[in-house]
Amino acid sequence: MKNHDSTKPNSDGGQANDRKKEFGRTEHKIVLKASDLDPKFKYKISKIPGAERIMLCFQCGTCTADCPIAKFSETYRPRKLMRMTQLGMKDRVLSSDVIWLCAACFTCIDHCPQGVEIANVLRALRNLAAKEGLMPVVFKELVSNIRNTGYAYRIPELRLKRRAEKELPPLPKANLEDISKLFNLTHLSKTLEKEERQDA
Amino acid sequence: MKYLLFLGCVIPYRISSYEISARKVLEKLSIELVEMPEFNCCGLPLDPVNHELMLTLATRNLCLAEQKGLDIMTLCPGCAGTLRKVNKALREDKKLKELVNGFMQEIDLEFRGGIVKVKHLVQVLAEDVGFKRMREAIQNPLTGLKVAEHNGCHVLRPAKYVGFDDPENPVILKKLIELTGALCLDYMYETECCGAPIIGVNDKIPLHLTGEKLRNVKAVGAQALITVCPFCHMMFDLNQPRIERVLSEKFGVPVLHYTQLLGLAMGFSPDELGLEQLRVKASKILNLN
Repeated sequence: MKNHDSTKPNSDGGQANDRKKEFGRTEHKIVLKASDLDPKFKYKISKIPGAERIMLCFQCGTCTADCPIAKFSETYRPRKLMRMTQLGMKDRVLSSDVIWLCAACFTCIDHCPQGVEIANVLRALRNLAAKEGLMPVVFKELVSNIRNTGYAYRIPELRLKRRAEKELPPLPKANLEDISKLFNLTHLSKTLEKEERQDA
Repeated sequence: MKYLLFLGCVIPYRISSYEISARKVLEKLSIELVEMPEFNCCGLPLDPVNHELMLTLATRNLCLAEQKGLDIMTLCPGCAGTLRKVNKALREDKKLKELVNGFMQEIDLEFRGGIVKVKHLVQVLAEDVGFKRMREAIQNPLTGLKVAEHNGCHVLRPAKYVGFDDPENPVILKKLIELTGALCLDYMYETECCGAPIIGVNDKIPLHLTGEKLRNVKAVGAQALITVCPFCHMMFDLNQPRIERVLSEKFGVPVLHYTQLLGLAMGFSPDELGLEQLRVKASKILNLN
């Protein structure tokens, strides 16, 4: 998860590179082994709220065609990610940098003729990746900020002073005890400990 | 009219000009704002890593609003989208409500549902204040000014959950802009996202996306771009010099919060509306009248 430059081809988390070494071929020539696939993956995904309709995707490509991110990325193709998910290419999908490029503008959800909530399928995939300790570093910062301050960004002292000068009311305080409980209850704390262990 | 103001994280972090101008114009429209008793992020930034945590963070805020008995108003479409979606989902899905209330019990809260509504500023202005009262508050019409709008995805999408305006051909923000006397121009790819949410993962894509939009805004002759989202504003205004460097192209398009435009038309001075905080200075358009 070091390189998040999606404009480079084959930036799918390094797995393609490993395979390239293994087979001595470029990514698009790789023949997938059935034993590498997880045939139950699509069922698992379809049980996650928002991702229920994944199996209805018939690969029309409307999501990719209308996606503002895909327009400026060489690698982000929501249609392809839906197909890979249906085919059970679990490891490839979850370790891919590309799943983190959805901006959640929800255009794909509004345009899908099959009612597949593509952005929500991607969220489900990201959640599973995060559980395995795979997430871009920016999310670790957001998590730590919210856990420690209640706010997603660390608001500098200077800003708080300026608020007073501009006669804005003081910012509401966070209840850090409650927030910490919610982090523990939803097991995000565990995910993070796993992350920290991996980093160490 | 009275609302619980949910300020969010981006506004106090970088975009206080939105808050300053919003408080001014809302006061003038006789809207009373009550501050949140306690605050935590709506949960949206963590939805990608843990959906359940997003649900509980959002619900905690909804519970506080229920205790106050006040509808929530947000300035940030991300917060509005998240809180609105969770408010609706928990009301409609008993199992989900049970699950989340199990978590809430641990912090001595309970989501009841059906008590409060969540609205974004644009919705409050269009639906609750109404165009008639808005028009009456205009003292200094911005006749001759030509602008364009960028809606902010979560004000409108996903349409089936939001049910406000038409995301394919949004008109409400345009109408709100035109009642200030300014003309709101159409431009190519107007409804497209600015890409801001992924800037921490990949900065090239959002910079190019926003650059394309700025180019199209300029091409139709708009003198400024009007936003209603702090995150979009950060992309279009704070990052504009960077976009210009990356694309080797000069835009110089001032980007105003809708509340700044409205405030000018209400007769507030640029300083009262925090216009000095804009990275791309709006001095050119301010000399119009």
